[in-house]
Amino acid sequence: MNWQEFISMGGYGVYVWGSYGLTALILVLNLFLPLRRRKVVRQRLREFMRLKEQTR
Amino acid sequence: MHKYASPKFFYTLAGQLIPWLGGVTVLLLLAGLYLGLFVAPADYQQGESYRIMFVHVPAAWMSMFIYMMMAGAGAVALVWNIKLAEIFANSCAPIGASFTFLALATGSLWGKPMWGTWWAWDARLTSELILFFLYIGYMALQASIEDPRRAARAAAILALVGVVNIPVIHFSVEWWNTLHQPASLGKVGTPSIHPSMLAPLLLMALGFKTYFFATMLMRMRNEILERERHTTWVTDMPELKA
Repeated sequence: MNWQEFISMGGYGVYVWGSYGLTALILVLNLFLPLRRRKVVRQRLREFMRLKEQTR
Repeated sequence: MHKYASPKFFYTLAGQLIPWLGGVTVLLLLAGLYLGLFVAPADYQQGESYRIMFVHVPAAWMSMFIYMMMAGAGAVALVWNIKLAEIFANSCAPIGASFTFLALATGSLWGKPMWGTWWAWDARLTSELILFFLYIGYMALQASIEDPRRAARAAAILALVGVVNIPVIHFSVEWWNTLHQPASLGKVGTPSIHPSMLAPLLLMALGFKTYFFATMLMRMRNEILERERHTTWVTDMPELKA
């Protein structure tokens, strides 16, 4: 199979690669969002703990 | 059983499971992509465009599977008042919504070359769109109520009412004369899909499933930390010491 044929997908390239690209985007996004949230939550908890330590 | 429902135990267990689920997801998706894009032959009717099926069908399956998990967890939370079940249901919603969006969008990208239209108000498409709004409604309702316990209860009731939509989606292609093609799978004894196409389809579907569990557990861990921030097991965590 040659590369150009593979990319063109029998003329349906835009639709096929559009679908796979969108899938990749959704999968990456759903991985990134909880990772970022984890960072924020942990940062806030550390801050909260530090303040509690100071007021003690 | 009680041990598994304790947030502290669950937090640790989930942390150990996530890397394994992630690894299995990568392997399944790579195998599925290889078989689906390089090995499976072109379809005799739809040519190469049918390869959209390998992402579209698993996404549509996930949209319904996640909804059932979410509504089931909601029911458990309502009946037994288990906090972990509330967190589970909440963590399902955004992932379910994104798979529903993906099913609709890839369906649109498949419909354009095959049916000549991006969208039709056909029973299958319309009921899947309603599913998307149910997820959005769940998240909006849950976010609009301050108290997390009350928010979870209200959202769970909405999720349970929305369950009627699931059989409608499933049987829509049989009950109504739809533009959407009927299922290729599930008819006992008469497989209407060739094994070379079935293998990548099932690998992708399994990969999506393990991906869902991995990212759902990640979200659950975040919500557990937030909700349990006043308990000693969280405040004593060495990595949170300033």
